[in-house]
Amino acid sequence: MTEKEESVKLLGFWASPFSRRVEMALKLKGVPYEYLEEDLPNKTPLLLELNPLHKKVPVLVHNDKILLESHLILEYIDQIWKKNPILPQDPYEKAMARFWAKFIDEQILTLGFRSLVKAEKGREVAIEETREMLMFLEKEVTGKDFFGGKTIGFLDMIAGSMIPFCLARLWEGMGIDMIPGEKFPELNRWIKTLEEVEAVRGCIPPRDKQIERMTKIAETIRSA
Amino acid sequence: MASSDVKLIGAWASPFVMRPRIALNLKSVPYEFLQETFGSKSELLLKSNPVHKKIPVLLHADKPVCESNIIVEYIDDTWSSSGPSLLPSDPYDRAMARFWAAYIDEKWFVVLRSFLKAGGEEEKKSVIAQLEEGNAFLEKAFIDCSKGKPFFNGDNIGYLDIALGCFLAWLRVTELAASHKILDEAKTPSLSKWAENFCNDPAVKPVMPETAKLAEFAKKIFPRPEA
Repeated sequence: MTEKEESVKLLGFWASPFSRRVEMALKLKGVPYEYLEEDLPNKTPLLLELNPLHKKVPVLVHNDKILLESHLILEYIDQIWKKNPILPQDPYEKAMARFWAKFIDEQILTLGFRSLVKAEKGREVAIEETREMLMFLEKEVTGKDFFGGKTIGFLDMIAGSMIPFCLARLWEGMGIDMIPGEKFPELNRWIKTLEEVEAVRGCIPPRDKQIERMTKIAETIRSA
Repeated sequence: MASSDVKLIGAWASPFVMRPRIALNLKSVPYEFLQETFGSKSELLLKSNPVHKKIPVLLHADKPVCESNIIVEYIDDTWSSSGPSLLPSDPYDRAMARFWAAYIDEKWFVVLRSFLKAGGEEEKKSVIAQLEEGNAFLEKAFIDCSKGKPFFNGDNIGYLDIALGCFLAWLRVTELAASHKILDEAKTPSLSKWAENFCNDPAVKPVMPETAKLAEFAKKIFPRPEA
């Protein structure tokens, strides 16, 4: 079997959960790629050329094809590189994975970040509202090693990049124990298991640097 | 499969509900339509979609599937041997279809919806300008995706056609309210032709609300102060 001439480039940012999750997938599947770090908020001419509509990372360039939006990139990667599949085969399981992925990047991100920082109804209410949403995920991962079942999948990458390795740093910086072990035993177990996965380990932003960054962004939101 | 096996919780005026209805029609899947009463949410809806409490919800052998575009993909995956495929087979074309569907929901429709809530003339003018800019992007997307065929999905209506087409009745209501043609044959000829073809499709006609009826409904939910 001959190896095709493949070129894979990823434009990303060290602190972005959206580009980190793409790296997890590429590493899991053993896909060689060239990583180009954006120095955000300064956007390179390359980024503006490849993603003129949204001007955001990640951008995946596969040969001559430009792929945008992390969820779509993950699904694309899964279809092109078949090793270690990350999406379930069963249509219902697939629909559920997509549903929860959307929920994490929309509801959890909004409540657990912007709403929490602004705390218009007070800090305790914001914490409770976030925990209420996280409880859905607690139930989803109960009785499973990963959201994907026995092996790490699409939803693990999305939840992992967003929650423990991004939002949790903000919560730490704010002195909030958002997912205490006694209330969220399954999520805590899942985080420990996830951190041991080789493809994930290299994609965790440095903890202190991330806490510092998330705290700074929170300040910007508060003073806006 | 018995028709009682597939149920859809929805409402006649919702463009999001239209999406799975068109998909089920394209796949010739019989289903029971459970109409929600405007202003209240049924026990079944609250139980089936505890996270968002929103329509549409597809119940397939009592298992709920939520989020309109996700439901359409589920329908395509489940009844894959029935009727044409709703998404392209090529992974890149698939990603593009989903990309534009996300753009439509996150940017284009948000702007459309803001018109009926808009206050003064200045605000309305700005909304129309934004919509027309969006339409220009969609015109190009249509030319790229359709590759000379009548629909985004090619010869047959698919996921992206449904994602955009479901808003055509609300677009017409907005055009009436604005006394201005927002989807203009002169500016976006391909998209305009597509809209005509979409609305005439037998899978779409039975579920597309009449403009007049929808305009009446719009007056009820977006009350405007007397001029």
